[in-house]
Amino acid sequence: MKRLLALLILLLPLSAHAALNVFACEPEWAALARELGGNDVKVYSAITAMQDPHRIEARPSLIAQMRRADLVVCTGAELEIGWLPILLRDAGNAGVQPGQPGYFEATRFVTLMEKPTRLDRADGDVHASGNPHIHTDPRNIQRVSEALAARLIEIDPAHAAAHRARGVSFSARWNAAMTGWQTRAEPLKGLPVVVQHKSFSYLLNWLEMRTLATLEPKPGVEPSVGYLASVAAQLQETPAKLVLRAAYQSPRPADWLAQRAGIPALALPYTVGGSKRASDLFGLFDDTLDQLLKVAP
Amino acid sequence: MLRTTLLVAALAATFPAVADPDLNALRAEIQALKSNYEARIQALETRLQQTENAAPVALPAAEAAPVQSAGNRFNPDISLILQGGYTHLGNGDKRRITGFMPADHDSTPTRGFSLNGTELVMSASIDPSFRGHLIVALQDEAAEVEEAWFQTTRLGNGFSIKGGRFRSGLGYQNEKHPHAWDFADNTLMYRALFGEAYGNDGLQLKWVAPTDLFLELGAEAGRGANFPGTDRNRNGVGSVALFGHLGGDVGASHSWRGGLSYLQTQARDREASLDDLNAVEGNTLFSGKSKTWVADFVWKWAPEGNASERSFKFSTEYFLRNERGTLLCQDNTSDFGKCDGTEGAYRTQQSGLYAQGVYQFMPRWRTGYRYDRLNTGSVDFGSNNASLNAGNYSPIRHSLMLDYSPSEFSRLRLQYSKDKSMQGLAENQWFVQYVHSLGSHGAHTF
Repeated sequence: MKRLLALLILLLPLSAHAALNVFACEPEWAALARELGGNDVKVYSAITAMQDPHRIEARPSLIAQMRRADLVVCTGAELEIGWLPILLRDAGNAGVQPGQPGYFEATRFVTLMEKPTRLDRADGDVHASGNPHIHTDPRNIQRVSEALAARLIEIDPAHAAAHRARGVSFSARWNAAMTGWQTRAEPLKGLPVVVQHKSFSYLLNWLEMRTLATLEPKPGVEPSVGYLASVAAQLQETPAKLVLRAAYQSPRPADWLAQRAGIPALALPYTVGGSKRASDLFGLFDDTLDQLLKVAP
Repeated sequence: MLRTTLLVAALAATFPAVADPDLNALRAEIQALKSNYEARIQALETRLQQTENAAPVALPAAEAAPVQSAGNRFNPDISLILQGGYTHLGNGDKRRITGFMPADHDSTPTRGFSLNGTELVMSASIDPSFRGHLIVALQDEAAEVEEAWFQTTRLGNGFSIKGGRFRSGLGYQNEKHPHAWDFADNTLMYRALFGEAYGNDGLQLKWVAPTDLFLELGAEAGRGANFPGTDRNRNGVGSVALFGHLGGDVGASHSWRGGLSYLQTQARDREASLDDLNAVEGNTLFSGKSKTWVADFVWKWAPEGNASERSFKFSTEYFLRNERGTLLCQDNTSDFGKCDGTEGAYRTQQSGLYAQGVYQFMPRWRTGYRYDRLNTGSVDFGSNNASLNAGNYSPIRHSLMLDYSPSEFSRLRLQYSKDKSMQGLAENQWFVQYVHSLGSHGAHTF
């Protein structure tokens, strides 16, 4: 017993000085937290780029990570509604409950697109507050990064100066990168595309590309062959140049349509880790643009 | 700059007839300037349009929120479960598991068309310190409060306290309501142990360890009025449950959870009708202690952890139950029965298990197999051994199911079971079931 106590006492100061534990719901926020927190944070990403953020199991390992989190960084807008509430409920962590400084929702700091005008499950898995896939527009990353940097300073005042410096440095690098991407993306303007799920609405809006059709008949509803055929027929009237899907989505519907319409299908990384080159946020947009530009006329 | 151009343009317009090589050069210059400006204005226009299209920074929330009266805005999340179907069963009218004391809340399915689980679920934060949850099961002429509890949200350090009526955290399946089951009917194990599941009025203290490996410990104290205990009209604690769970991931594709639970409760005059050695129904009253151990293990797989295409789930639980006390078999000699009202010692040790695997072989489609087995074990009726005998039969059941979920909110299921839980009967059972969930999106536990 004495030995155990001694061990506990030895362990206590260690945990007090340890880096801030950040629980990121999605890889993009994990990457952003790493950029802004540097060595002062220890980041855990709940999901990988190969997993569908809508459909995650509230696994025991996630509850264990949530238990130790000092800051939870999630998308919000009901993207994680099927699993995050369970983690928050079962982890017994008071500091990261919604409303506490330890709970950060990225969608609160940007304006959401595609807000449904009516809420009815007959319209599929609609998100009442709008499309939650905000990180595909780098301008949103910029906005969220400012808010997240401020939050890090708020909950970790001991490293405030370092957080501030990293925030400023990231902002500068990100703005420079955005100017580069925007110049390079010039040829993509007006490019007509078909998307599998509304994962890229913000990206396409940023690049001023045109969405001709969505392969899901309703959000979150898998397309049937009949529906795909109707999309193919629509494309004969108004041809698209590309079919886009996220790396985690099934290749079948996109490939089927691409073959039928004789246009390429692209698996964009969608988030950090979605491809080899997308190892951080900069790589994510580099790779996304390169892939798009490769097939653009 | 603009002014000069305009001036030059005006001059050129005033003297159109002059055909001088210098003037021609001037005209060309003006033309070039003009097209240059047109391009610039167009660029400006596109930029303006861009800024119009681009999302402005953080609109005030009040503008975004739909108009709603203050009274509605704080309404709890409400979801409604509609569940029912068609069941084809054999003739057995008692439908008791041979060798086991029937639980008073036995959720045996009924034959033919039926509704078998309409549930209303409401939950919300109460204030910064508590959240509340209510589950009401709606039946004909009755609404049963299945769960109604509050839980603390501000204790921190991994602690939380739940109070009210709640499903015990023991085992794996216990906290899951029928709409979250992978099969159309209950496992034999849970039917024999608790009827449907063990719920209690009381308090639960739970603690999650600050480790990478998931470790959860819980203790519950409650009224203990439900089977295997009974209401005993007394102060103090009627039942105690303890549980611990471990869990984690193996790579990105595998995750698991295992646990051990213990439940101790007491019964006074717990009624059950058993067939005596003359095959005449005898009413028995049990008083004594009931102890139950449950071991559970769940393993889930999905390629890269992405369960939208294919996934597999394996779960199994094993129980051991000891009951000690006295049993009175009420006099049924007038019906030519063997019981004469003797109260004798009663001692049992029974066990059982289920193991099931559910495979999602393509989006929206799943199939599964479940194996149920109970062991009557040793049942000692003491001085009543002359009139009662639990026999030595092992109830077994095999179930196969196929289900289709058009969306996250609906599920249609077909199930076939070969049920040998009643001695002398090998029943073929068919289930066609629907499970629909309306309203707010409920989150699912592991």
